[in-house]
Amino acid sequence: MKGVASGQGKGAIELRQITKRYGKERVVDAVSTTIAPGEFFSLLGPSGSGKTTTLMMIAGFADVDEGQVLVDGTDIVDVPPQRRGFGMVFQNYAIFPHLNVFDNVAFPLRARKLPNDQIQERVQQALELVRLERFADRFSRQLSGGQQQRVAIARAIVFQPSVVLMDEPLGALDKNLRYQMQVEIKEIQQRLGMTVVYVTHDQEEAMNMSDRIAIMNNGRIEQVGRPTDIYENPASNFIARFLGEANLIEGTIEEVREDVAVLCTAGGLQLRARADGNVQPGARAHLFVRPERVTIVRARGGIAADPAINHATGRLAQTSFLGNILRHVVEIEPGIRVTVDVQNASGGLFRAVDETALLSWRAADSVILQR
Amino acid sequence: MTVKKSRKFSDATVFILPAVLLLALVFVGPLIWFFIQALASVGTPAEMLSYAWTIITSKAVVTALMTTNWISLMVTLLVLLISYPLACYLANNQGMRFTLVLFCIVVPYFTSIIVRTYSWMVLLGRNGIINQVLLYLGVINEPLALLYTKTGILIGMVYVLLPYMVLTLFATMKAIDPSLMRAARGLGASGFYAFTRIYFPLSVHGVVSGSLIVFILSIGFFITPALMGGPSDVMIAMLIERSVEIMFDWSGAAIMSLLLLFATLVLYGIYYRVTDVRRMMGA
Repeated sequence: MKGVASGQGKGAIELRQITKRYGKERVVDAVSTTIAPGEFFSLLGPSGSGKTTTLMMIAGFADVDEGQVLVDGTDIVDVPPQRRGFGMVFQNYAIFPHLNVFDNVAFPLRARKLPNDQIQERVQQALELVRLERFADRFSRQLSGGQQQRVAIARAIVFQPSVVLMDEPLGALDKNLRYQMQVEIKEIQQRLGMTVVYVTHDQEEAMNMSDRIAIMNNGRIEQVGRPTDIYENPASNFIARFLGEANLIEGTIEEVREDVAVLCTAGGLQLRARADGNVQPGARAHLFVRPERVTIVRARGGIAADPAINHATGRLAQTSFLGNILRHVVEIEPGIRVTVDVQNASGGLFRAVDETALLSWRAADSVILQR
Repeated sequence: MTVKKSRKFSDATVFILPAVLLLALVFVGPLIWFFIQALASVGTPAEMLSYAWTIITSKAVVTALMTTNWISLMVTLLVLLISYPLACYLANNQGMRFTLVLFCIVVPYFTSIIVRTYSWMVLLGRNGIINQVLLYLGVINEPLALLYTKTGILIGMVYVLLPYMVLTLFATMKAIDPSLMRAARGLGASGFYAFTRIYFPLSVHGVVSGSLIVFILSIGFFITPALMGGPSDVMIAMLIERSVEIMFDWSGAAIMSLLLLFATLVLYGIYYRVTDVRRMMGA
């Protein structure tokens, strides 16, 4: 597949304070970030968070009201979309219905007036890459959703762009197919070494594919980082909740020693967690811990006083069966419920509701969040 | 299942029965009766054929056919040229602009053709508003012959037939996914390239159906050419009317009517196929 490989080292994107206004509302509010060449970068956020608008500003379909978009060091804000040279994959695939698969994939090459023999060769390579060689004569209405998606991808990469923009490309596919396509897209991206800016509202999708994720909310980037970093160290309650299940236990900071803080709940329970330098004693805050990091045991007397481990006892309020995991909700204080996920391993059993349960988790697995 | 389905079908048939009866009673019946009455006076089928041949090849009919075809073709072309950008604008705008433009196109559609034609006569006459304004502005020195000429017929017919084309094109264009044009631009196509390779091919069904509708309506047009045309601009429908009203030549009128009906049905057949194909493409 040498022929399709993109130019290495190209495709660096830098957003400098880009802003988009609709009337008074700032849909995208001074967003800045840098994306490295060959990076798979996701914009993740709920609907209305400004992620699609940000992508459309990079693509050139939405005007940039303020700020700059730099590609390999050049500001492209005033360049019309067709001259930006990005590959694009749209949410609804946007396959041209009157052209067959071959002509769809050949479209960007014909628009660039390439000679016919080169078009033949490159389209052939792109179709092989998405495993659609045998479907060249088909029309979009004769293809399944997954196949249409592959056509859209082939069409976006056929002219060897250094940057490909994808706007929720898997949104219309069912769950199993979606996972399969995630793997395929990631594979193609790595093989061709292209920069991908990927918009999605699906956290699992973003975590599975991305080198880095930018989480957007209310037109701003709330946090940027590798999937594991963001998952383990969310910067705010919003991110903690948005990226999977999260326990957020409210309380007051009692003391801070080095990078460990002690949080005291309304009921007087003391819990330890990692904290950054901004955490001050007396402040209201939340302790964050993922449900799968909490273990549950039947209540027994005598708790070992290890400061590295948090303990809490409570009443089992609710249990749910989710297939691969068993979810328990334990009320440790009136109004404070902790979710505990237990792998449905062999012998994994539900505990009875109203039973007393002892919870424990490492202080290192919990973080103090002040936003 | 099949029993249920067929019962449903017959239920639906009941609903269209009144329309079918009405059509048979006031259109198909009288038509057949008219043809039989008119042609029976000619004689045997062989005589009928030779008579039809003399009528069809007569100078008046040939000239009228040429005029009809030429005017219809010009009207169709002009209507298409004006309607395409209009429909494009409608399909890609919303809110006040859309409502206003649509209003301007549709309201005349509901006004009587005679009223509209007389309005044009007021505007286009030798001492009409247009000539007076142009004279006043010094653009022309003598009044233009806009009325009672082919130009007059064209202006009047284009105006009357415009909504049919605009609405047909609008329906087709509205069905074009706007993200396709965006995809084309995003993949490196200039606006012109995207239009010629994506937008126009996707709207071509509307162009064909709209043109056929306008052409079909044009070849049978009577009021506008009768009121706005000159003495030499005789279209086939006017010739039929003259044969009946002035010459009392019912058989001649019947043969010309058959010819017109035949042409209309053939064109309608094409139109039907085109729209049918479009429905298949849309699936």
